[in-house]
Amino acid sequence: MAISELQSLEHTTSEALVSTEWLAEHLEDPNVRIVESDEDPLLYFVGHIPGAVEVDWTRDLNDQVRRDYLNRESFEALMRRHGIGNDTCVVFYGDRSNWWAAYALWVFSLFGHANTRILDGGRQKWIAEGRPLTSEEPNYEPTNYTAQPRDDKQDRAFRDEVLAHSDLHNKLIDVRSPQEFTGERLHMPEYPNEGALRGGHIPGALSVPWARAVNLETGEFRPLEELRQIYELEVGLGKGEDVIVYCRIGERSSHTWFVLKHLLGFGSVRNYDGSWTEWGNLVGVPIER
Amino acid sequence: MPIPPKLQSVLETLELVPERSDRIQFLISLAEGFHSPPPEVVAKPYPEEFRVPGCESEAFVFSRPRADGTLDFYFAVENPQGVSAMALAAILRESFTGANREDILSVPEDVIYQVFGKELSMGKSMGLMGMVQMAKMQARKGPH
Repeated sequence: MAISELQSLEHTTSEALVSTEWLAEHLEDPNVRIVESDEDPLLYFVGHIPGAVEVDWTRDLNDQVRRDYLNRESFEALMRRHGIGNDTCVVFYGDRSNWWAAYALWVFSLFGHANTRILDGGRQKWIAEGRPLTSEEPNYEPTNYTAQPRDDKQDRAFRDEVLAHSDLHNKLIDVRSPQEFTGERLHMPEYPNEGALRGGHIPGALSVPWARAVNLETGEFRPLEELRQIYELEVGLGKGEDVIVYCRIGERSSHTWFVLKHLLGFGSVRNYDGSWTEWGNLVGVPIER
Repeated sequence: MPIPPKLQSVLETLELVPERSDRIQFLISLAEGFHSPPPEVVAKPYPEEFRVPGCESEAFVFSRPRADGTLDFYFAVENPQGVSAMALAAILRESFTGANREDILSVPEDVIYQVFGKELSMGKSMGLMGMVQMAKMQARKGPH
């Protein structure tokens, strides 16, 4: 597929993904920038896809003082530093079934960088296929990237919006583990308490753990038909519905946000990044168990 | 309370490496020195009771008694992508083996932030702290 074709694609089908074969053929494509985002802070430096830059979810994407994401100026600086232009196709990949790659893609979307893809299978599949890795960090010519002001309306939800959404009985998807959903646990299975004072879920939320969208053996997303079966037929989500997804801090739910919005083509999907670490500590909000 | 001198030495070395990239290279070099337990110490499949809870890197911690009352520590990290866990395992094995048990018990779990910095996800933090916790538990209870 030519890059000009790629840039014109709508993110409503699996074109939001690229294969390892495709990426291997575009390692030196100047219109493609590969971005690795991992949970393990050492992985990129041990070895990454040739030409890939690292975007660290805490250091690069979060405000370093308050709980929020970087601002427009910081985002522009990040993009310019990595040689990403406004038209560059950014291909994200990472560890943990692209969990953090989806999170980075979601943050990029807040600034209107729409030309994004995820490497299907991520780091796991690239390595399993014996494809090359390097520890050499690339240096790219800085760009004059200009970002739009961060748009927190289209893809992000805040607590008051979530409360109103719940009151209206609109669709909420809780992507945490079933034990977290029921309130049996306040945190991921076998993880110590992560700070929420109350357990349970937001009233009306449906439980669909994020990993259902992934073949954990290969790290790949499940085929579109299987995803439709899960989210549309089994869970009953409609593409025209307003959907909010959440988890613990918004990282697992950005994976489901990507599935619904970019793979299945849902029109209105927002990620509540405050998630349970906010809701489970708020005074007076309703909780269901 | 003092902590094991070899761990103190690693922390002091890291303090002298303020640059993130240099710190990461130092930790990777430690991870490259990581070795799984020899089969004569513990054979696979590793007993589940020695698995570190919540560690996505699938870490296990074992210990064996020494004549002087201290312990030999062994760590396994089954996930090949668990590089941070391998680095921590190498540090803890080197620091805790032969160390005074009281010194081991003085090591705070959040020592991982001194090693890796504060840019860790909650999940990663909990897994790494779990490795420290399990080693301390074995130091407290005796060899396993």
